[in-house]
Amino acid sequence: MAELSASGGRARPASGFELYAWLFMRVSGILLLVLALGHLAIMHILNSVEEIDFAFVVARWGNPLWRLYDWLLLMLALVHGLNGLRVMVHDYVRAPGLRVFSLVSVYFLALLFLAVGTLAIVTFHPGAGS
Amino acid sequence: MYRGGTGQWAWLLHRLTGVGVLLFLLIHILDTALVLFGPEVYDRVIKLYALPLFRVSEVGLAAAVLYHALNGIRITLIDFFPVLSGRQRELFYGVVVVFALVFVPGAFWMLKPLF
Repeated sequence: MAELSASGGRARPASGFELYAWLFMRVSGILLLVLALGHLAIMHILNSVEEIDFAFVVARWGNPLWRLYDWLLLMLALVHGLNGLRVMVHDYVRAPGLRVFSLVSVYFLALLFLAVGTLAIVTFHPGAGS
Repeated sequence: MYRGGTGQWAWLLHRLTGVGVLLFLLIHILDTALVLFGPEVYDRVIKLYALPLFRVSEVGLAAAVLYHALNGIRITLIDFFPVLSGRQRELFYGVVVVFALVFVPGAFWMLKPLF
């Protein structure tokens, strides 16, 4: 089990990949405070799920800056979330074979969902599907 | 490893809300990618989120994101300013108070169309 710090977060690893992963969680977390909470405020407080439809996406993604915002949110949230899952696999999955399978699945999910999300954000155009 | 008390509950809730938000994120990437198939497909699927069941789930999602964000601030503050580690319990109470102050009006606003 990962050592915990006084905060109840993961203790800071000494060096190497795990130290960078630990730092990434905190730095991406700070950026996601703006990006994810901003996304919730825009979509669920200023607008609502009733107003979100294809026309809404056309208007929003007509501005490349919103595509950039959404892509940054996609990338940071997905890597932050899947790195959290990776740490949990190390904590909870003991059997060596199952652990390798789980870790491979986490990396596969990361690549697949980054690809699908990026494809949608980059290639979408208002005439999509016609 | 376990320190017991508030730190342990804060940690457990952080993991549970993290997994919950990640699950929704994966679903949400797929439903958003449906825009590539045009308005008929996208609108039919995305309208499901306006159903009452999903509107209640939406509030649950907002609660999970908000807790994870606030407790994440707490963790990061303590990790980068070790002087605060003796104050982790008070910071957790701070998380609970800010959560309530933001969540109660936010949930009311999001659920208003149901009433």
